[in-house]
Amino acid sequence: MKTDEILKIVNDVFIDVLDDEDLVLTPETTAQDVEDWDSLTHIQLIVAVEKRFKIKFTSQEIQGFENVGHFCEEVHRKIAD
Amino acid sequence: MEQHPPGFNQLIKAAKKLEPDGKQLRVALLGDSAIQLLAKAIHASGRLSGLSVNIYEADYDQIDLQVLSHDSALYTFRPDFIIIYHSVSKLKNRFYSSPLGIKTEFHEHHSSKIENLVRSVASKCSSKIIYLNLPTVQDAIFGNYATKVETSLRFHIRAINQHLNSFASGHGQFFICDVESLAAYVGLSHSFDQQLYITSDMEFSLDFQALVASNVIDIINAVHGKINKCLILDLDNTLWGGVIGDDGIDGIEIGNFGLGKAFVDFQLWIRQLKDRGIILCICSKNTEAIAFEPFRNHPDMVLKEDDIAVFVANWNNKADNIQYIQKVLNIGFDSMVFIDDNPFERNLVRNAIPDICVPELPEDPSEYVDFLSQLNLFEVASFSTNDQNRNQQYREEAQRKSIEIQFTNQDDYLKSLEMVAVIEPFNSFNIPRVAQLTQRSNQFNFRTKRYTESDIKSMAESERFIPLIVSLSDKFGDYGIVSVVILEKNTSHLFIDTWIMSCRVLKRGLEDLVLNQVINHAEFHGAAKIYGEYLATPKNILVRDFFPEKGFKQEGELWKCETSTYQIKQHFISLKEVNI
Repeated sequence: MKTDEILKIVNDVFIDVLDDEDLVLTPETTAQDVEDWDSLTHIQLIVAVEKRFKIKFTSQEIQGFENVGHFCEEVHRKIAD
Repeated sequence: MEQHPPGFNQLIKAAKKLEPDGKQLRVALLGDSAIQLLAKAIHASGRLSGLSVNIYEADYDQIDLQVLSHDSALYTFRPDFIIIYHSVSKLKNRFYSSPLGIKTEFHEHHSSKIENLVRSVASKCSSKIIYLNLPTVQDAIFGNYATKVETSLRFHIRAINQHLNSFASGHGQFFICDVESLAAYVGLSHSFDQQLYITSDMEFSLDFQALVASNVIDIINAVHGKINKCLILDLDNTLWGGVIGDDGIDGIEIGNFGLGKAFVDFQLWIRQLKDRGIILCICSKNTEAIAFEPFRNHPDMVLKEDDIAVFVANWNNKADNIQYIQKVLNIGFDSMVFIDDNPFERNLVRNAIPDICVPELPEDPSEYVDFLSQLNLFEVASFSTNDQNRNQQYREEAQRKSIEIQFTNQDDYLKSLEMVAVIEPFNSFNIPRVAQLTQRSNQFNFRTKRYTESDIKSMAESERFIPLIVSLSDKFGDYGIVSVVILEKNTSHLFIDTWIMSCRVLKRGLEDLVLNQVINHAEFHGAAKIYGEYLATPKNILVRDFFPEKGFKQEGELWKCETSTYQIKQHFISLKEVNI
């Protein structure tokens, strides 16, 4: 799976969890750019992405995501394993 | 089959789609770890069951401070329910850090701490308390030997839960959300999320928080009287394998072989529900005589004819038949569960009667019991021995209905019943049933005040209230306690705080006997006036005009009756004993 496909799926998950049909994520998007993406919904987003890709992030990873692009790279790396 | 309850994210999404127009409720949530998502889940879960939950989230780790101090934000919030959650992860760390010398007393300390919290709440307000009990942990310090060692954590967790069970059974204001069982059901690896705990101080996985929230709401609903009272069952391929009309009594699957075992297990489960007070009814597309045959003649049938309150087998539409059952039982559709293996029938009933609960059913009968169990359809907030006879009472009712048609004159019919009423004050035997009636009665209920056992106990101790606890029997059987009146004494008048009557005894004249007695009490206490109040709910329209019909005069929002002008009402019930 390519990273832009992953980005699309991650975007869908975000739309679903945050209930915002108009949400468009780019690799540069951070939590500051998205209304409703706070520390609580962050937990919901992580769990939803984990479920969607059947992966599990480590505690360090969860705390260290810089932006959506970085997040998608981690997903990519995990599903490649 | 769909997951129940929905996972956390699905739950939040489903709740967002609904309008926030349900019954208002105030819930305070106190925890010693992060509780924001649990609060979110409780709110969403409430909305899914028609409640509009206003949540107060106490600041982090403030349980003791909030509960013990009189003027805390907790009490200012005036919660209907207080949920207390001690995380087992924190408990574990405290246990590990306890010096060996006092480790053996750990469970006693924790248990008495909770008891103190409960007593402290009870001394300040009548909020109900829901405590999340502790899931067992697998710390492997002693392996299986932990069960034998008083200095193992698992030993203490079990002791605490055990202790809380006994404490809760004697305390009507205190309820336990049985997280221990929930965790056992989904497994510890699904209930805990160690990463979430480390990164966000929430030990439970998101989906488990949703499950806990759904159970908390189940408890809240049960306390408010929203419970299922009746189970309506299909027959072919639901209670036994095969079709009785085609396969015959020797051909259906029920018994200790093969698939028959699954149906035996299912029937045993159903009988257990009946024994705890759930009314059983049959609704089947069959010829009646054929449908009865297994109940009468099949040696392996667990359920017998006597277990069924209303038995409907014909070729009519099932929704019509369920409407008939509802008329006979006189309980709300929203307290009925209908189980049928046929998706067509399920949908038909669901569409025709939106209030009734119609769960899906797995294709494999061996999954019936587990599937239905996890839906937690039969949560209750009280239990009394009277419950166990309920099915019998509804059967007697069916017999009464059949003789009623023989009399053309209603008075002759009532006389023929040879009714006897007994009126008592509160006592330790009737308090559980009285509390239950206040929680469950919706129709003949003027003010719909819900009381727990502890509420009733404190009323019993107070001099301010006059209770009339009314039992009724007739030649067909004993109804047990069917009416409760609680009069509040004021200087010159009595106020009817509560008057409820079971709908099973409507139109027997019991309300007239009770009203006569209320007047007697008023005269005995030197009160010249009695005031009643009608607070409308969607369900109590039955008594909207009761007071004017009985000669009460309107005075503002209240209804007034003067004892001097009261006309004694005629009835056909003899009064056996009255202990004022």
